[in-house]
Amino acid sequence: MEAFVFFASAAIVLTGAVGVLTSRNPVHAALFLVQTLFGVAVLFVLQDATFLAAVQVIVYAGAVVILFLFVIMLLGVDRAENLGVEPIVGQRPLAAVIGASLMGMLLTLLLVATDGPTGAPGRTAPLGDAGDNTRRLGEALFTGHVFAVELTALLLTVAVVGAVVLARTVKGPMQPLPVVVVATSTEPADADAGPDTAADEESEEAGGA
Amino acid sequence: MLDLVWLIPSLPLAGFLVLTFGGKRLGEPWAGWLATGAMAGSFLATVGVFLDLAGRDVQDRRAVTTLFEWIPAGDLRVDVGFLADPLSLTMCLFITGVGALIHLYSVGYMHGDGEFPRFFTYLNLFAFSMLILVLGDNLLLTFLGWEGVGACSYLLISFWFTDEANATAGKKAFVTNRIGDWGFMVAIFMTFFTFGSVAYVDVLDTTAAGTVAQSTATFIAVMLFVGAIGKSAQFPLYLWLPDAMAGPTPVSALIHAATMVTSGVYLLTRVNPIIADAADWVPTMIAWTGAGTALFAATIAVAQRDIKKVLAYSTVSQLGYMFLAVGCGAYVAAVFHMVTHAFFKALLFLGSGSVIHGMDGDQDMAHYGGLRRFMPITAGTFIIGWLAIAGVPPFAGFWSKDEILAFAWNESPLLWAVGLVTAVLTAFYMTRQVVLTFFGRHRFADPRSDEVDAVWAARLAGADEGVEAARAAVVDAETALEVRRGAATAADEAAVTEAEGVLSAAVDALTVAEAAVADVRAAADVRPDLPALALAGAPDVGAVADELPDAVADRAAHHPHESPWTMAFPLVVLAGLSVLGGLVQLPFSSSTKRLEHWLEPTLFHNEVHLSIGAGTLWVLAVIAVAGGAVGIAVAVAAYGQRRIDHTAFERPILAEAWRFDRKVSDFMGGPGRTGFDATAAFDRKVVDGAVEGMATLVRREAGLLRRFHNGLVRTYAVGIGLGAVGLVLWFLSRSSF
Amino acid sequence: MVVTTSWYLALGAVLFSIGAVGLLTRRNPLVMFMCVELMLNAVNLTFVSLGAELGDLGGQLSVFFVLVVAAAEVVVGLGIIVAIMRRRQGATADDLSVLGG
Repeated sequence: MEAFVFFASAAIVLTGAVGVLTSRNPVHAALFLVQTLFGVAVLFVLQDATFLAAVQVIVYAGAVVILFLFVIMLLGVDRAENLGVEPIVGQRPLAAVIGASLMGMLLTLLLVATDGPTGAPGRTAPLGDAGDNTRRLGEALFTGHVFAVELTALLLTVAVVGAVVLARTVKGPMQPLPVVVVATSTEPADADAGPDTAADEESEEAGGA
Repeated sequence: MLDLVWLIPSLPLAGFLVLTFGGKRLGEPWAGWLATGAMAGSFLATVGVFLDLAGRDVQDRRAVTTLFEWIPAGDLRVDVGFLADPLSLTMCLFITGVGALIHLYSVGYMHGDGEFPRFFTYLNLFAFSMLILVLGDNLLLTFLGWEGVGACSYLLISFWFTDEANATAGKKAFVTNRIGDWGFMVAIFMTFFTFGSVAYVDVLDTTAAGTVAQSTATFIAVMLFVGAIGKSAQFPLYLWLPDAMAGPTPVSALIHAATMVTSGVYLLTRVNPIIADAADWVPTMIAWTGAGTALFAATIAVAQRDIKKVLAYSTVSQLGYMFLAVGCGAYVAAVFHMVTHAFFKALLFLGSGSVIHGMDGDQDMAHYGGLRRFMPITAGTFIIGWLAIAGVPPFAGFWSKDEILAFAWNESPLLWAVGLVTAVLTAFYMTRQVVLTFFGRHRFADPRSDEVDAVWAARLAGADEGVEAARAAVVDAETALEVRRGAATAADEAAVTEAEGVLSAAVDALTVAEAAVADVRAAADVRPDLPALALAGAPDVGAVADELPDAVADRAAHHPHESPWTMAFPLVVLAGLSVLGGLVQLPFSSSTKRLEHWLEPTLFHNEVHLSIGAGTLWVLAVIAVAGGAVGIAVAVAAYGQRRIDHTAFERPILAEAWRFDRKVSDFMGGPGRTGFDATAAFDRKVVDGAVEGMATLVRREAGLLRRFHNGLVRTYAVGIGLGAVGLVLWFLSRSSF
Repeated sequence: MVVTTSWYLALGAVLFSIGAVGLLTRRNPLVMFMCVELMLNAVNLTFVSLGAELGDLGGQLSVFFVLVVAAAEVVVGLGIIVAIMRRRQGATADDLSVLGG
């Protein structure tokens, strides 16, 4: 039974991830992300981390992705990105190499190696069963790790302040961004890329890095 | 009084310092008197130390006085100290004694020279360096003095440096010496490496104890020999000595006769234990180098016309004798000859300086002749010097040269034969010099070939001018005739005839002028050549006798004169020493061999013992004297009585010194230059190239790496990804399967 | 069959790789951010799995904090993206290369 749930969740997670990777429309990508997050939440439950599963759904899927969608809506970047063209020379092959080798090596390490990552038993607190999870988590957080909790609270406050500052509208005429002509191999990046992007010799070599 | 040993070099040093800062203000002649006084004081100090040392027992005659520590660098500890032992004191005695006399002489010789104080500054500095050289108690201090005398030699040779030739001669001396100095330096390094110290006391005592490997001793001995041949002008590093005659004559006397050039012999004598421990071919090489150089230089001296060049080659030859002695193991004979040579060679040089002074700077012996009537003291002392160097008993040179020849016979009859031939040649060319300078007819008033040529050239030019004028007159007359003809009427026939007459007269004049030119040319062609040496009578100048320049008459009127007492006095003293100098080492019995006993502590029993009997010694002596007599007789016959044609001896190749100098210059200019250019190119391209190449490499690498910084986030992300892959790879490599 | 911890870890590894490829390949900043979220989730999964295997609450505790910090990061990051993309319509990650050398 557990295996079946695992495989189903794994399929959901992976298809969602591939969907994020390949969607042209960012809204679609956000939705696929939600799919992945749900799948991960199920996997959390499988591991008896029930509180975290709830938090995952509420905070990640419920707040972070909504935030993404708000920004997409605000800025109108829902226009499709031209996935066929890769301006930086060699980026795609390199990405493929990195991804494949990373995946391959990690899988090898995890599955095949005998003395793979070990980890010693921790000393934080013993894990209870699923029902007890919230209580134990709360105890651990607010006794042993209360300092860290306060810091995260501070962090969140700072982040909110930062977001407010960053996103406010500037009075007066808008300053344009500095126009830098680095571009990349031959064609401009997007179909809707800025009009100032120009191709240059320098960036051809830059793309070769 | 041994404590006074530090005074010996310090007094000339003090003189040098005072003259450096106050010389110009002292001026002539006080600068000279100060320098001479310093040398005289040094001589007195030397005498004091000598008497002290002589009063001691034989074993006690070695004292090291350390002044201060000079180089304390880890294992290398070098002190500035003086080693007062018989050898160094012998050298000091004649350096300071002869040096003081030469300083006195210079006061007279350099009179009127604009740079009078500078001369004495350098002379005192030289004396200081030379004394450091002989008194130093370690090889490094000797080397310091070695370099110092080399530098002073350069300064003094090019004393009149405004003339380019003098400056070049100074440079040549310095550079040639440097080659020898390299050998000395390598020897010092090897000595330190082998013995852990460079002090003579340590090195020589250890070597004498027999604990040194033969290969090491050979190497050190050969390197020191290289240094010695540079400083003592042996083949092939003798080239600088004849050119060094460009310096003032007192310099030639002091440096290039009596003192600096003997440093090489001193060095080899000082390290005689090392030579004794070296392979057998080393002394043989030294002996043959000396003998070969002696013969080589003697042959060149036969054909020289400059009075100082004869003496320069003679010095090279006599130094060859000293090296021959060292090579035969006869260190006492070498030192003996060094001392007597200092006396008579300094005497000869100072005498020649006196002659040059009297002849107002003319150094060509072809212009001398019969000078003994005008310079009796110079002539008398010079003749004594001549007899000494020619090996005529009982003068000093005979005893020392005979000693060397005896040891040469002991070593190898072939060496003796070379030495004998050289002795004959020495007698010959010295007699030639004396006869040409002081005897015979006065040639100083003779017209010289360049003067006669100038007169003929003037005559020819005058005749040519006459032809030109006559031609011009003809042209004028023709023009006038044309004009007259053109403007003539019947009544002007007389004018036309007159013009024609003028023309024909002009043409005749032209013919006469051209005939005159042809006459002059014919006369010039048949005029007699002036002989190089007009021994028989005044040269016949042919038709131009009345037109000679005034310089000829001036010379006839202006006699050469004798030198002042400042110059004559040292000549007399040195003449006396040349007569009596042989007394220190008479070979008759052990008690008369005073020099040998005196030098014994420094020889470590390395002196070779003569294995020939007294009878053989007498025969060798007689043969040597006979050889000398033959040389003198032939020279007198050729130059005095003119019974033999003297040009048979004065071959051009000898006058050009076997063209060896030319060959060296050609080599250095040709293949040598290629080598130098190659080395310079190597330095530029490889050494500098490596350094600059580093910089260029870094810059190019930076230029390449710069392309990674294109500002694109995704590129940086790829970099991070690759790093992560690398990290996982490393973990993978460390895990087992 | 029994699903052991290694399976979870393998799943985490694959999810991480997909997120990495996406980050390198996509140009739209928002999508790139989402790929970052994928990677963070993979890490969270790994933490929880190991915590479960080792019987320790520390894994879940770490995930808790990762979650909080990720949220703060998203806030600030999106603020930056908003600030930039307001000025140039349709800007992509490639257009922000002022710091190139």
